[in-house]
Amino acid sequence: MKSDIILLGHGSGGKLSHQLLDEIIIPALSGVARRDQNDAAVLTHGGGRLAFTTDSYVVDPIFFPGGNIGDLAVNGTINDLAMSGARPLAISVGLILEEGLPLADLRTILSSMKEAAETAGVAIVTGDTKVVPRGKADKIFINTSGIGVFDHEFDIRGSGARLGDKILINGTIGDHGMAVLASREGLDLQSDIRTDSASLHHLVVAILAAGGSAVHALRDPTRGGVATTLKEIALQSEIDITLDESSLPVSDAVGGACAILGLDPLYVANEGKLLAVVAPEAAEGVLAAMRHRPEGKGTAIIGEVTGASSGKVFMRTAIGGLRAIEMLSGEQLPRIC
Amino acid sequence: MTYTREFRNPDVAKHLLERIADTVRDHAGSMTFMEVCGTHTMAIYQHGIRSLLPEKIRLISGPGCPVCVTPVDYVDHAVALARRPGTVIATFGDMVRVPGSTSSLVNEQAAGADVRIVYSPLDAVALAAKHPDRSVVFLGVGFETTAPTIAGSVIEAQRRGLDNYFVLCAHKTIPGPMAILADDPGLQVDGYLCPAHVSAIIGAEAYEPLARDHKVPSVVTGFEPLDMLQGVEMLARQVVAGEAKVEIQYSRVVKAGGNPKAREVLYRVFEPCDARWRGIGVIPGSGLGLRPEYAAFDAATRLPVEVEEPREHQGCACGEILKGKVTPRQCPLFRTACTPENPVGACMVSSEGTCAAEYKYGT
Repeated sequence: MKSDIILLGHGSGGKLSHQLLDEIIIPALSGVARRDQNDAAVLTHGGGRLAFTTDSYVVDPIFFPGGNIGDLAVNGTINDLAMSGARPLAISVGLILEEGLPLADLRTILSSMKEAAETAGVAIVTGDTKVVPRGKADKIFINTSGIGVFDHEFDIRGSGARLGDKILINGTIGDHGMAVLASREGLDLQSDIRTDSASLHHLVVAILAAGGSAVHALRDPTRGGVATTLKEIALQSEIDITLDESSLPVSDAVGGACAILGLDPLYVANEGKLLAVVAPEAAEGVLAAMRHRPEGKGTAIIGEVTGASSGKVFMRTAIGGLRAIEMLSGEQLPRIC
Repeated sequence: MTYTREFRNPDVAKHLLERIADTVRDHAGSMTFMEVCGTHTMAIYQHGIRSLLPEKIRLISGPGCPVCVTPVDYVDHAVALARRPGTVIATFGDMVRVPGSTSSLVNEQAAGADVRIVYSPLDAVALAAKHPDRSVVFLGVGFETTAPTIAGSVIEAQRRGLDNYFVLCAHKTIPGPMAILADDPGLQVDGYLCPAHVSAIIGAEAYEPLARDHKVPSVVTGFEPLDMLQGVEMLARQVVAGEAKVEIQYSRVVKAGGNPKAREVLYRVFEPCDARWRGIGVIPGSGLGLRPEYAAFDAATRLPVEVEEPREHQGCACGEILKGKVTPRQCPLFRTACTPENPVGACMVSSEGTCAAEYKYGT
């Protein structure tokens, strides 16, 4: 049953989101092909290259273990720039505030934004504020846009993966999504699950320094999780990926919570993780460089590009079986980033 | 999770697979085992178990997904209640996307209905307490595993004196369809992997009639990959030995007598009734309805609504898939008209559905 109205699943970051983009939004606005859709647009001007991106944050609840909607918005936009290989320069902040939001909450959120921007070394340079009547928004929505520059000539893009490339991730998956879910639903998981929200551009600098042109693609697996993001890369690059389940870092707390709730951590959102697709000869060097950074201590090689053309993602399971991995269908965890 | 990892040990898995291969090597013909539980179905796909078993052993999926076996008229009834002014529908997540005849709860939600996903029936009771001016209807779908907690929610609502909490009952009990499928001449079931959670409540003894009267080997099996491989091995050994008995692989959780306390709560609130199963039809005594003393909590009688004439979707093979007679890829709608984003049948919707598993994990 196809819907003729917007469903929550259209915002999941999974298949319905892609359908909405591919069939409605992109044809109406720009027509950019799927293989050229990346976290940031790359603009050329005066012989140089600029990265430009925008993102909106509607997370519920607005405060969760380890962070809040403010630092999430700043880090998220910095990361979208970083995944194109750019050095983030400046970001804008658009606030949509619901009537009744306590000023104390707003101050806390703004303070977190300032701290996140300062930690990342990125300036907040412009912004906008709107207030809507009670019930017309959910406490606070934040839009952030960002602009960055390239200090190198490398071409990092989702369509860049090649046969034999290794897939690296900088630590455990699913922490952000589970922290938000546990907080929103008041789940007593008897474990300390915190968001992994962090800016990743310094890690990207380390990756590029170690791997250079052998770094073919970077992407942060936010909504839709690692599974959906790898499927996007596989489709854009027209290659197949095989993951190794026993190499996939999942904390005991997140793994246990997912098992209780019937969720697959592969589809749970992250906010401080990136997937790096790197030529095999450079993979060990990139791995070592990533592990030298605090945000890359848990880096692991989790799979490789095993086929040349069909856009499929497989998992070699812990007991040696093989299964496919699809994009997130519908909505696993609503409004988590 | 450390505990869980022990049940995913690759070396032990290899050893079990070798033992399975040894067991069936000299056996003439093939053997078909049906997993009855939707969680087993997902585990089989999720761990790639089919790809590891000898060709002689075929695993087929049975009617163990509670969402999938719920007939379309129940969804229509829930949709009609969602449209009723002042009504809140509270449900476990999977039900919201199951298509009814012309709508689904997710569509009604998008159109303005108050549909809430809850993680426990007690959350629905809390909703009723918080909104005394509204009628909160919990969708009572599931087998013996979930029925005790739903019974508990009714008892809790009564204790709190709530007159705005209701259950729309479609609970089912699992042994009935297993007996029917065991005797189906069009379906050769050589053994059952019996459900783990259900069996924790009803006990392994509930399958004795299957082994005794229908001559089908039955092994109560856990969900971890090593559990499942061991369960398959135990079934294969029975088939090779020409036996049909009930065994418990999942002995760390399941006892022969089950959980009498949970059953006491369950049968204090519910009583057996006839129930219609998608694809199978009405099975006498296979459902659970509210006892007369709890009739005040029955959404079906307390909140009368006009329910549309049920209409099954043309070409949808869910009914045959639930009986193990058709595989998802044999359904003409699979991956074409029917996808998880736009499901035609319930088997594509539920996180325990066979078609959803094949779509998501099938290689």
